[in-house]
Amino acid sequence: MKLLTLNFLTCAVKACKSSSDSFPLHPKECELVSDTIPPNPQLIQNVLPRLDWRALSTTASELGFPTLPENAPTLEELQKDEKMMAELHTLLLETSVSEGMLVCGNCGHEYRIKEGIANFLLPNHLV
Amino acid sequence: MMPRVYHIDVHDLVRLASLKNVDSMSEPRERIMLPTPSTSHVPYERVYEPAEDSFLFLDTLSSESEKIFLQDYFNQPREGSTSKNSSTPLVVEIGTGSGVVLSFLHAHAKNILGRPDILTAGVDVNRFACKATTETLRAAELVQDIKGWSHGFYLGNILGDLTGFLKPGQVDLLIFNPPYVPTPELPQLPHKEAKTTTTYEDDSYLLSLSYAGGLDGMETTNRLLQSLPKILSCSRGCAYILLCAQNKPEKVREQIQSWGSGWAVETAGTIGKQGGWEKLQILRIWRTH
Repeated sequence: MKLLTLNFLTCAVKACKSSSDSFPLHPKECELVSDTIPPNPQLIQNVLPRLDWRALSTTASELGFPTLPENAPTLEELQKDEKMMAELHTLLLETSVSEGMLVCGNCGHEYRIKEGIANFLLPNHLV
Repeated sequence: MMPRVYHIDVHDLVRLASLKNVDSMSEPRERIMLPTPSTSHVPYERVYEPAEDSFLFLDTLSSESEKIFLQDYFNQPREGSTSKNSSTPLVVEIGTGSGVVLSFLHAHAKNILGRPDILTAGVDVNRFACKATTETLRAAELVQDIKGWSHGFYLGNILGDLTGFLKPGQVDLLIFNPPYVPTPELPQLPHKEAKTTTTYEDDSYLLSLSYAGGLDGMETTNRLLQSLPKILSCSRGCAYILLCAQNKPEKVREQIQSWGSGWAVETAGTIGKQGGWEKLQILRIWRTH
């Protein structure tokens, strides 16, 4: 599962829907895999406007990546900044989570990731 | 159902590689040339095998009328955006099974959606289906790579029930081939880790999740429909959902029409017309801005 997926995932527990602490989920004891992917600046440019940058920054720093700037670069800034483009390429396109857990900051529920597949099936008492 | 004429097996890739001079050709423009993703590795004893409903999705999504709609819908700059290009669409299939539909869209994104920069993700309640989808997708991607053609960007598959774990307002294109067969009751969803080895009963249970739809075959589809306004992107959300005749499609359309003026619904594809009833049909449900 690509690290980028975390930008679209939230806690599945109903009671957490109204809490801002349920997004993003926090990686715990995660094993990361890096795939080599050919440069794709067009994809990064088109993904950027739809990202929740703050959530991405949180995820990146929790996984030990270099700290991202406070605000997302604009398209013009990104086109001039090769280093930022390379960092985002690694972070968004090349990095996957293969094993570990995603933890809700509100209820503390842990979603297990096994063989790159995150398990969001809830135990009966939480459905 | 027999595999399509253009079925390509992973084992044929070596032979395909020798045909690499097809590079000079542009990407195919006709449905007849779009290969069906190979699913020969899928364990059909516990994962739904592509059947006429799956193939109706392939034919519908790659039909001229749907391509025109999708290319227009997903190439308009979003409201408030300053760039000429609209942002990358997120495509999510719920209930991927073998992964044949998601892989088809993923591999032929440029042909169908008019742009290769799509993010794709799959969801299934069956872990074996999640794994199978990833393999189907990789094989379809490899076929595109060998030909020097484009494909989408796959995020992964998630083991889960419908959309409850997706951040609201993010999905731009949702595909759902539901468990639509009317059954006396709905099987319970799995709630513990699937075992790595399965018994015959386990396999039958996993397969029942892919077809058993409860009352009118609509219990799962109704839950998905209810989540659409929340899950679909506010500026360009669109869903393709399959129904069978016993699902009372007219009632479903009326229900969506009652959502108000921001929504539209149309039949995008049908198969098996009998006495005025289509056996299967795919509804396109979308926000009209």
